[in-house]
Amino acid sequence: MRPDPAPDPGRPTPAPPAAGPAARPSPAAASRVLETWRDAALVADKDLRVEWRSRATLGQVVPFAGLVLILFGFALDAHRPTLRLAAPGLFWLTALFVTVVAAQRSTAAEAADSSRRMLLLAGVHPGAVFAGKAAAVAVQILAVELVMVAGVLVFYGVRIESIPLIAATCLAATAGLAAAGSLLAALVAGSRARETILPVLLMPVAAPVLIAAARAFDAALGSAAVNGWRWLGLLAVFSVVNVMLGVGAYGPLAEEV
Amino acid sequence: MSDPEAKKPTTGSLTTRWLGLAVLAGTAAVALLGLLAAPADDVQLDAVRIIFVHVPVAIGAYVAFGLTAVGSLMWLWRRSAWWDVTAHAAAEIGVLLCGLTLATGMLWGRPTWGTYWEWGDVRLVTTLILFLIMVGYLSVRSLGGDEAASTRAAVVGLVGAVNLPIVNQSVNWWSDRTLHQQSSLTDGKLENLTLFTVFLAIVVTVLAGLWMMIHRFRIGWLERELRAADLDAAIEARRSEAAAAADLDADPEIAAPEAARNRP
Repeated sequence: MRPDPAPDPGRPTPAPPAAGPAARPSPAAASRVLETWRDAALVADKDLRVEWRSRATLGQVVPFAGLVLILFGFALDAHRPTLRLAAPGLFWLTALFVTVVAAQRSTAAEAADSSRRMLLLAGVHPGAVFAGKAAAVAVQILAVELVMVAGVLVFYGVRIESIPLIAATCLAATAGLAAAGSLLAALVAGSRARETILPVLLMPVAAPVLIAAARAFDAALGSAAVNGWRWLGLLAVFSVVNVMLGVGAYGPLAEEV
Repeated sequence: MSDPEAKKPTTGSLTTRWLGLAVLAGTAAVALLGLLAAPADDVQLDAVRIIFVHVPVAIGAYVAFGLTAVGSLMWLWRRSAWWDVTAHAAAEIGVLLCGLTLATGMLWGRPTWGTYWEWGDVRLVTTLILFLIMVGYLSVRSLGGDEAASTRAAVVGLVGAVNLPIVNQSVNWWSDRTLHQQSSLTDGKLENLTLFTVFLAIVVTVLAGLWMMIHRFRIGWLERELRAADLDAAIEARRSEAAAAADLDADPEIAAPEAARNRP
């Protein structure tokens, strides 16, 4: 995967040169951080390439998301005012369904031939594997969300009042959804009931993201008079917590599950 | 005929029996004080008496889920089987108490708020989310696979722990989005006898949870030992088979033709 052998995380790192000031990070530590980021980018690139070649996001997940948005329309009797009011919630519920599908696919690709174990044996830091996989899932969800925004504009007749708020909400919420989805999909990988248990685990964990993102969209689409930027702050906190949990917990999970 | 001297297997001990008796006596005292001695509220009338169940089970659920989080962390950090079994036992008791918190909260909400469920109330919603995450924890536990199941469940336990402070502080953070009152125990709004009864009920509920947890822990520990014994027996059986096969190879009557065949 990369030309240089990775440093053993269990091995003590050599002490920094005595001449430099104590507060300055050692070159070894800085290069390790850089290497972790590079590994994460490689894993994300690999996952996105697999996804692009299979065309699953384009051919299956986007039509699935469109179908869910249309079915919501049928369920609410195609009543435009109701759809306009409910659009933020319906959008993010659809995004949650998309996350379940995308996260499940991302882990299923690793399950064949013990790929995940081999990635770890290759010396890639588990946190980097998690970050790479979550980033790839986030890119896929963002791509689907782009189509979904067009969908709610056309089918539900909503008007966008703040494009920056829409963009910032999509970025923050997607980071949280992708992180939670990737962690929980890795958690159930290899278990006999993974298809059924992933939604059971992911939906409550993603509920705060769903609530905050829907309220922020309320403001961005003018469905309700709320302070969208305040909800965005809450969303950012949830997303950061989910990413940190994932980076910390992926290692023990990957070693054992 | 069964041996009259043989002891029935039990998870009870002298400590749990005394603890159980103390819980029974405490429950009777709380019932007497809460239903007869404590005064009714000026506004809520007798409906306020549900505070003697609702607040203690909610605090008991927090304690249990906190213990699950500590146990999960200790499993991931130290691979401590003791903490792993403790986390599982605490999660089961926590889910029971959290379910009771939601049920009693709904029963209290009907006469005071006019509705069983209020979506706009952040504490109700966040408690429900916490309950569902911990139900997920128990689902993951049921997947089996010993150490892998423990690791999976420990991660879910930590995810639930992230929600714990949010639930606890939600009425303070989002005071404009809740029907819940601010903490009743610390703001001095309760009568002395009511306050005393609430604190007694909290102690009794935590002790009842502890009593259930000790029994559940012992069952979990025995299950773990049984699995380990089954594994040891299986390994021993395979070793015996291997030894028997080696004996056959060493037998000259069987080994000689084999050796002749292998000779160049």
